[in-house]
Amino acid sequence: MSATEHAGPPKVSPLYDPRVRSIAYQLVLCGIVAFLAYGAISNAAENLARARIASGFSFWNVTAGFDISQTLIDYSPQTSTYGRAFWVGLLNTLLVAAIGIAFATVLGFLIGIARLSRNLLVARLAAGYVELIRNLPLLLQLLFWYNAVLKALPPVRESISVGGALFLNNRGLFLPEFRFQGGGLALLAAFALALAGSISFAAWAGRHQMRTGRRPPVLPLVIALFVGLPFMVLLTGSVHLAITFPEVGRFNIRGGTEILPEFVALVFGLVIYTAAFIAEVVRAGILSVSRGQTEAAYALGLRHGLTLRLVVIPQAMRVIIPPLTSQYLNLTKNSSLAVAIGYPDLVQVFTGTVLNQTGQAVEVVVITMAVYLTISLLTSLVMNIYNARMALVER
Amino acid sequence: MTALDSLKNLDPEHGVAYVRQVPVAPQTPPVTERGMLRWLRMNFFATPLDALMTIGVLLLIAWVVPPFLDFMIFDATWSGRDREACLSTVARPEAGACWAFVRDRFAYFIYGSYPLSERWRVDVFFAMLAVGIVWMLKLDAPRRDLGAVYFFIVLPIVSYVLLTGLPAMGLPEVDTTLWGGVLVTIVVAAVGIVVSLPIGIVLALGRRSEMPAVRLLSVIYIEFVRGVPLITVLFMASVMLPLFVPEAYSPDKLLRALVGIAMFASAYMAEVVRAGLQAIPKGQYEGAMALGLGYWQRMRFIILPQALKITIPNIVNTYIGLFKDTTLVFIVGIFDLLKTIEAARIDPHWATPVTSTTGYAFAAIFYFVCCYMMSRYAKGVEARLARAERR
Repeated sequence: MSATEHAGPPKVSPLYDPRVRSIAYQLVLCGIVAFLAYGAISNAAENLARARIASGFSFWNVTAGFDISQTLIDYSPQTSTYGRAFWVGLLNTLLVAAIGIAFATVLGFLIGIARLSRNLLVARLAAGYVELIRNLPLLLQLLFWYNAVLKALPPVRESISVGGALFLNNRGLFLPEFRFQGGGLALLAAFALALAGSISFAAWAGRHQMRTGRRPPVLPLVIALFVGLPFMVLLTGSVHLAITFPEVGRFNIRGGTEILPEFVALVFGLVIYTAAFIAEVVRAGILSVSRGQTEAAYALGLRHGLTLRLVVIPQAMRVIIPPLTSQYLNLTKNSSLAVAIGYPDLVQVFTGTVLNQTGQAVEVVVITMAVYLTISLLTSLVMNIYNARMALVER
Repeated sequence: MTALDSLKNLDPEHGVAYVRQVPVAPQTPPVTERGMLRWLRMNFFATPLDALMTIGVLLLIAWVVPPFLDFMIFDATWSGRDREACLSTVARPEAGACWAFVRDRFAYFIYGSYPLSERWRVDVFFAMLAVGIVWMLKLDAPRRDLGAVYFFIVLPIVSYVLLTGLPAMGLPEVDTTLWGGVLVTIVVAAVGIVVSLPIGIVLALGRRSEMPAVRLLSVIYIEFVRGVPLITVLFMASVMLPLFVPEAYSPDKLLRALVGIAMFASAYMAEVVRAGLQAIPKGQYEGAMALGLGYWQRMRFIILPQALKITIPNIVNTYIGLFKDTTLVFIVGIFDLLKTIEAARIDPHWATPVTSTTGYAFAAIFYFVCCYMMSRYAKGVEARLARAERR
């Protein structure tokens, strides 16, 4: 035989051809998945028909008829729909997540830095905190804060008071209420203007420093903007600020802003739990910056504070931010444990009450999952963009 | 003749009186630079700020620790028949922890409502599980391959028969609604642990597969489960699963929760294993191919042994998370340890102002001991692996 006949790949039985095999495997797998999905769907249709449960999303516009203890938007049990209840729950989830993230970040950074402190006592205390909190289930901690701490607070008449303005009792936390009567918009505009001014000035200052080596005084100007502009608005006399202090009555507290004990317990539990994880992230991030960087910065004549601010922290943030975001996501997902202590978040309102009332398990669970999935995917999208921008540019 | 020589000539025996022959003994450093004081100064009072923080922390400890010890130990009630024992009295204004409550309900916390006469079966299950765990965790135990077979195949089957019962063998059936307490917590955790590793490995391999359909399905599953909270997965398992199967096969409540936990844990395990697979250098894959090994042989003999070894610490950390997450089955109405405590603490027979705190303290001790031991184990393996790397 001549060599030209062997130019192509050698002929093998299709049974041993990797490409044929791979296609066959995939077809079989897809077949199995499709078969399972078909079985599940037909069973579900049959079971739902037998239980006389409607399917579809028409329940969305049906009047809900149940009350929700905390609503950020208008909601009334008589007229609002299940769809409205969904939005109330979602907003409550987002509120708890936003507040939790803010506090957990602050506490987590403090503890993470404390773990690296030269002071043995401080470092050991922070390490003990992290070990203790990370090894206890979050649900146990939430139940503890809610049932053992907040429910054990004194009743209304013996409220714990801080300066007569802030009251804590077993009905929750009561704060003074601030309400603007007219001119609130002008005040808001003043703050917005101050913020915009500060940002653009800081940007200009950075460029100026690059050009001339001198940094214009940013901080004083920012303070001046933030104090001065709103003050000028106040001077015009168009703003009336009404402060209502809570007052202790015989059975309840009148006036002021009421914060539900469920909310307080949830924020407490989530912040304390997540802060322990954030502390570890921060510690790992700071340790990841090699000691040579600090020493080189000292050799260049930078002081300790400047070294931290200009050399260590920017490099540590590169390592810290991705796991930090996943901790934020965890906090948001963990806020669904609200259902155990009765805070009206998305899961408690929608997957709890709405599901029980309508019985439309598939639709309700799918919507709830879609919400969390959307939050997760959006966050990871933003994270990927950030990572691509921050990735070390190597040769 | 130099000047020195001329001087030496004066007294050749001893040299010159004013030139020292031996070095002076070094002066001891100042008192603040040595020993205990130096250690104190460096570690606690290096700067004024440090001193301030030290004092602050000491005050904090003085403020928190004595009341805590008083509550947990010194003012605690250790024995008693009902709530009367744990109430504060004139003689004892500050009632401490009500350990009598925990002692009284201890069996309930361990077995739930499992029939009294059958509880030995639970004990046998615990003992068998302990043997399996020690066999798997001790990296130098004999015949660990047999141990794996025991842990992943023999143990689940025997435990199932033992706990649910098999009338043919003289073991009366025990309905899972009667299970409770530590038993359920351990069963849920053990099922999650035993099921999630193999499924996680398969999903991780699927995600790195070259077949697009396999990869896509794995990615969808993993990202979907990791993107939603466990509680929604449990809700899905408990309200949607019964819809998806014919009515005759409708799973019981515990099984639904177990399916949810296993689904959830598998997705997280898949990502942990994937990280391990990615850490194996490409040369290992290519070397295995060059030896003529097929896909499963490559994975079985070359890649997975290395990948899993370096992943052990992360696997154990995932198990810690899983163990803590088992408490969530409480929300779908399963009587795990936390739920039995919730049920017991509001029981009027024992309800006092300190009962809740005592119950939670007991649960906290249980979970802390378990999780802490696991994390110590993970750290130990990590150190061992680091030692192997250093060679």
